[in-house]
Amino acid sequence: MKNNDVILQVTTKVIVFIIVLFSIYIFFAGHYTPGGGFIGGLMTSGAIVLLLLTYDIKTVAEMLPLDYKLVAAAGLFIAAATSTGALLFDLPFLTHGYWEIWLPILGETGLHTAVFFDTGVYLVVVGVTLTIIQTIGVSE
Amino acid sequence: MTNLLIYPLLIPLLTAILLIFFKNIYWQRTISIISTALTSITAGSLIYVNYTTGIQSLNLSNWEAPFGITLVSDMLSALLVTASSLITLLCLLYSFRSIGEPREKYYYYSVMQFLLLGVNGAFTTGDIFNLFVFFEVMLMSSYVLIVLGGTKIQLRESLKYLLVNVLSSALFVIAVAYLYSVVGTLNMAHLSARIAEIPTEQTGILTVIAVLFLIVFGLKGAIFPLFFWLPGSYYAPPIPVLAMFGALLTKVGVYSIMRTYTLIFNHDQIYTHSLLGLLALLTITIGVIGAIAYSDLKKIIIYNIMVAIGVILFGVSTMSESGLTGSIFYLLHDMIIKAALFLLVGVMITITGTSNLRNISGLIHKYPLLAWTFFITALSLAGIPPLSGFIGKILIVQGGFEEGELVGSLVVIFSSLFVLFSVMKIFINGFWGTPKAWDHEEKAPVKFLLIPCIVLVTIAVLYGFGADVTEPFISKAAESLINPSVYVDAVLKE
Repeated sequence: MKNNDVILQVTTKVIVFIIVLFSIYIFFAGHYTPGGGFIGGLMTSGAIVLLLLTYDIKTVAEMLPLDYKLVAAAGLFIAAATSTGALLFDLPFLTHGYWEIWLPILGETGLHTAVFFDTGVYLVVVGVTLTIIQTIGVSE
Repeated sequence: MTNLLIYPLLIPLLTAILLIFFKNIYWQRTISIISTALTSITAGSLIYVNYTTGIQSLNLSNWEAPFGITLVSDMLSALLVTASSLITLLCLLYSFRSIGEPREKYYYYSVMQFLLLGVNGAFTTGDIFNLFVFFEVMLMSSYVLIVLGGTKIQLRESLKYLLVNVLSSALFVIAVAYLYSVVGTLNMAHLSARIAEIPTEQTGILTVIAVLFLIVFGLKGAIFPLFFWLPGSYYAPPIPVLAMFGALLTKVGVYSIMRTYTLIFNHDQIYTHSLLGLLALLTITIGVIGAIAYSDLKKIIIYNIMVAIGVILFGVSTMSESGLTGSIFYLLHDMIIKAALFLLVGVMITITGTSNLRNISGLIHKYPLLAWTFFITALSLAGIPPLSGFIGKILIVQGGFEEGELVGSLVVIFSSLFVLFSVMKIFINGFWGTPKAWDHEEKAPVKFLLIPCIVLVTIAVLYGFGADVTEPFISKAAESLINPSVYVDAVLKE
């Protein structure tokens, strides 16, 4: 008998977006309030895991055609590159910089290079979590 | 130029990341060889800078010394970083023809770079929690390398290895937590300065923490009675990985004991250092027993690792100038010679297809170069005078006699005899006698595999003969161990 999980699928479609939005909020709030790259990345992976629970691995792979190993590697690269950037200015490794930038909607905004480091962490967490889950899911 | 001491860490890190993107094996090989050569060159220049301008320290993120993470490269760490980079380079070269494509495709070279990053980082860091993090980088890469390939023995042994190391890492965290709650800092130089201020009658808890650290680093470095995981776990992985493990991993534990016991825990030497000395001697004894008991090529060399660890730590436990200098001499010698021995044994196994000494004989008739290289390595391991093992051991023995440790020094001297016996057993049984026919013989790329071995042995021989040239470097390295205030002043810049 074929199960009909229409309720699960419909609620997932709504909830996934809420989770992803919340994870992005948490990610950007990390500097002043609890949050940051690690928990943000875990939450995004949580949203994708919910998709995996609702649909099967193949469908999710079609929705998000990403090689998560490369996502993790890209994250590592971003984090390493941000830290290495300090070497160009003859400052110690990992020294971060800070600018006030005028952005169209947000106005005067402080932009810190630690955000790029955090983006790296975020991508590594997403990449590693989903690589683990997909690998365990596929292998017999 | 401020960042010179980060390059031996940064180059492997960036290479490891880069190698995840490249699928092509030839590119992987080229990139990893070039970058490891670069790492060795920067590490070598670090020795030079250290020699000319003194201890290098770098406050990461530009935070003042006790508040941020500080990387410190004194002569000892510069020498060790250079040695480990060179050994990695040669093990990588050896891997090209021995590790096999299936393993190479599954991120073998990337993980090797992460291992080098962990080892170099552990040698360079000046922060005790950062040391833990680099230990984990190193250990996780070693978990992958030990299980990569997925044969039955690898799966079984990696489980044991993982279990032991997870346990010891948890202990490490607990030890750091105790230390932090007592002293309130994590920077090693600052720890040293603060502990010196604590009055002697209140240092009981610090002695407990010192022993806890000895247990932690002893589990990593396989001293008695915490060596039980070593013979099995090191038996499992393929030869180049085994050579890396034997040459680098246990030595990181030994280095950590050296560093913490000279820099941080020097308040109650009568208790802690006697304990270290006793355990070192028992380690030598167990290692010697194992080395002469087995007739399996890999097992013999694996037990010889333990003998060397015991000898080095005995030198540290004397806390005399000659003892510590000898330990550094012997540590560097042992890293090189153990890598060479494992690679040579690997060549023998590739030719014969077996690691059982009873099934091998007469190799010298067809492979004279291999035989004589092995012979020199064996003599060098035992410490025959002009070769590299001699100077270190004689200084350690001298340090022992100076401190009145007669029994210990005699144990060290007699251990050489048994070590010589164990490797000569391989030479006499394996190389002399009537040759046999082996299945794998034609396919074995013996000439190629011998190149890294010969380079390593040449370095070892030069190291032994050129003791006059290396002596100023080694004594400079010993200086910051004998007199920790040099290290503390360089970091805290007071």
